[in-house]
Formats: sequence, C-alpha cells, structure tokens
Amino acid sequence: MSEVKVPEELRYTKDHEWARPGGADVAVGVTAFAVEQLGEVTLVSIDVKVGDTVAAGKAFGTIESVKTLSDLFAPVAGKVVRINDALTSKPELVNEDCYGKAWMIALVPTDPQAIASLMDASAYREHLKAEAH
Amino acid sequence: MTDPTLRRTSLYPEHVALGARIVPFAGWEMPIQYSGIVDEHQAVRSAAGLFDVSHMGELRLWGQYSGHVVDYLVTGDATKIVDGQAMYTCACNELGTILDDLIVYRRGPEDWLVVCNGANRSKMSAHFAHAAKDHCDFEDQSDATALIALQGPKAFNVLAAAGAGDLASLKSFHFRDAKVAGVATTTARTGYTGEDGVEIFCRWADAPTVWRALIAAGRPLGLKPVGLGARDTLRLEARLSLYGNDIDETTNPLEAGLAWIVALQKDNFIGAEALRKVAASPLSRKLVGFEMVGRGIARHGYVLRDTGGRDVGICTSGSPGPTVGKNIGLGYLPAELSAVGTPFLVDCRGKNIEAVVVKTPFYKRPKAATNQGTN
Repeated sequence: MSEVKVPEELRYTKDHEWARPGGADVAVGVTAFAVEQLGEVTLVSIDVKVGDTVAAGKAFGTIESVKTLSDLFAPVAGKVVRINDALTSKPELVNEDCYGKAWMIALVPTDPQAIASLMDASAYREHLKAEAH
Repeated sequence: MTDPTLRRTSLYPEHVALGARIVPFAGWEMPIQYSGIVDEHQAVRSAAGLFDVSHMGELRLWGQYSGHVVDYLVTGDATKIVDGQAMYTCACNELGTILDDLIVYRRGPEDWLVVCNGANRSKMSAHFAHAAKDHCDFEDQSDATALIALQGPKAFNVLAAAGAGDLASLKSFHFRDAKVAGVATTTARTGYTGEDGVEIFCRWADAPTVWRALIAAGRPLGLKPVGLGARDTLRLEARLSLYGNDIDETTNPLEAGLAWIVALQKDNFIGAEALRKVAASPLSRKLVGFEMVGRGIARHGYVLRDTGGRDVGICTSGSPGPTVGKNIGLGYLPAELSAVGTPFLVDCRGKNIEAVVVKTPFYKRPKAATNQGTN
C-alpha cells in the first residue's frame, strides 16, 4: 500500500476520522487512508444540525462512494457549531482535499481535554500499519 | 488477509502487478478495482476494458442427446441456435424460479458449452451432471478454463493490434476458435457491460499470455484493466441482472423482466408448468429500473415504500451510474407501481428518499460505437 498523508498537527480515530485541535472549535473530517479505501466519493450526508450535541463515537452522517457506504463518527463529544454545506453539492472535495476543504463538521468539545486522548499522527501511522496486516 | 479457502485465477499475479485491490468474491480472490471504479467504468464506455472472469463455470455436454439435455434445463429455445451461436438464458427449478442465468454455446449439434456464474458453479455443475446422467457426456471444465472479457468500443481495435483482427467479422452472440496472441482460444462476441466486445476462453495456464498481450496492445488505445466494482456499475447501467442481487431462487424470470429468454411455447423444460401458470395471470410484482430524485443512493436490500410510506418492495441493486450521471437502481415493486414515471420512496438507512421508475436500460451504447467494432 502506498504511504498516505497523515498531517502532524491533527488527531485521529481508529475509524479514520481526523480532528483539528487548537482552534475555537474542532473541525472533523476523514483521513486520506479512508478516502483511498472509499474511492470516488459520491455522497456526503451530514445528519446533524448546528446546535445539536453529538456523543463520542456516535454517527453524525454517512459518506458513500460508488460501491460502499461508511458512517462518519464523532471523534469527541460536543456541540455542533459549523457544518460544511459545500460537500452537499461537491462530494468530490473529499477526494481532492480531505484535510482541508472537505472538513465535515466542527464541534465545541464537551470536555476540552477529550481531544488529547485521540491518537496523534505517529500513533495513527502505527494503527494503519496494524490494519494493513 | 490470506484466506486459505479462497482460490486464485491464473491471472492473480497480473492483478497484483497492476496494483489491484483484491477482495474475496464467490470463493475467489478477485480484483475489485485497479485505477478506480469510475475511471475503469469510463475506460470501458469510451475505449476498452479487460476483465478476468475466470471464476465463472464452464460445463461441457456432448453426445447424441446433449442438445436435448441442455434444452430441457434452460428456459430459452436451444433448438433455435446454430453451430457457432450462443444465447443468454437461465435455468429454473420446478417452481419456475431462477437457479442461475447462463450463456449456452452450441459448438456443434452434439457439443455444448454452458457458462454459469462463479458463485453457482457447484450447484449448476451438479444440476447439469444429474440431467446428463444416462443421456450424454458431461464434464465440468471450469478448473481448466480461463475466461477474459474484452469490452468497449475499441475492443476490436485492440484485438487487431494484438494480431487477432479477423475476429471483427464475428456477429453478436456468435463465437469461433481463434488464435489470440498465439494462444488457442474460443472467442465469443458476448459480454455483460452494455458495450460491444468479446469474451475469450482459453486454457487456464494460457490466460496470462493472452492478458499481457491485450494489455500491451490495448494501452495505447486507452484500454484499462477493470475490476468487479466497475463490472457491476457497467452491467447495472445496461440493466443486466446480477444473480444473487436481482434474480435468485425466489424470483421468476417473468417478473425479473426476462420474459425474452423464456420460450413458454417450447416442448418441455424444467419450470415450464410453473412459468406457464405465472404467465396466465398478471404479474404481482416487477423488477423495475429507477432513479433517485432526492439525495441518496439506493443499495441492495433497501426497502421501497409507496408515497404513503407503506413498505411495498425491495431494492436489488443500486449505485451511482457513472455514465448516466445519476444514482440508479433496480428493485421489485408491485405491478401497480411499476409504470415509468411512478414516484416512490427508498428507505436509505432510515431516511425516505424520493425516487421514480424510469425506462431501462439506463444506458444504451451509441450506434457509432456499435459500428466501430465491426470495422
């Protein structure tokens, strides 16, 4: 398998979502590994609204490619403060820029420390190696 | 990842070398995709694609009564085809439901080849062997026979570039023995993608030679290797049924829209009585093609509802259609909801998404592409 991009500044879940710490809120998306597995993304469905509270590990939407459908899981619990509406009409942004333009939702975590419990880049790289076997 | 119970075709090393993603399918390790499903799909529609379908089953029947045995087991009229001709058909059980869909090849009046789905190989092998007993000779040649499909508007240009140019004179659903890349093959003008093209049978060990020659000759013409992922989107756009999804032992060919492969008037065949009964009254349900109107992708197994929210049917196939540019699907609906233009709902994981019955096939190849293949 080719090396996929794993930015140092992000945190990761075992389900291949990323979370961006350090800002006013925590943006959430899917990793390059997830995108590689999915292939061409054809539909992103965000099933929460701004103001909703999501629990850690609970699905907040789905992402679909030609052949498969995957749930999108919230990396940490929190209140949804922003949703990336651009993905509704341009799901291909996920293939083009999964760590940037294809952020999906942004949360204000219930527990500000929760994000620290997620994997850092090196732990996630190890996780990917383990998944490959 | 390696499951010792899974089998590999003789082309497995080629798939790995081409960077395929391999998945378990019908007991085989098969390529699901190489460059990407959409990319491969478009290559087949615009140029050509090469498929390893060696997992399919090849059953040979020969001897004085072989034609009768084949004709008794299939719904189509095998007496209507001539030497060198093939037909798409199916085999039913006594209930008139579908055991498998097949292509039957008449090599000679007393020499027949039946190609069945890989997933049904043991079942169909036993079925044909049982029927052949005491009537004709039978051999399951699946383990010795590889099958490569070359599909797309440039398929015959690729063959010509690979030194098998004389095959362009083959008529649709006809076949002949031919050398491809120096290898003895039986090549048929058949396929399951909605495009023109051929399917090439050869000995198991010879397949890599044929494969490599077609890849090398085809690359400059835009040919790509194609996995099971795009095979599925291609056949769906062309409204070709997938056994296990759209048709199975709970569906009959009439409701599946396959009346054209059922010769109700022919003498006798397994399932004839049941199918004549089905044909005598209006169908209660029909397999229809549909398009999603709302934002959603229907998938196999999703429930279909009427606009009042009542469960009325089931989606059997669904995906984005890369060429038609819409999210499409097939599903069984009650006859009264099966007319083109009828709105209904698809339960996409808890959300009722609007859909509408449309005319099929979703995709029909342009005339120009058809002609190109015969030049």
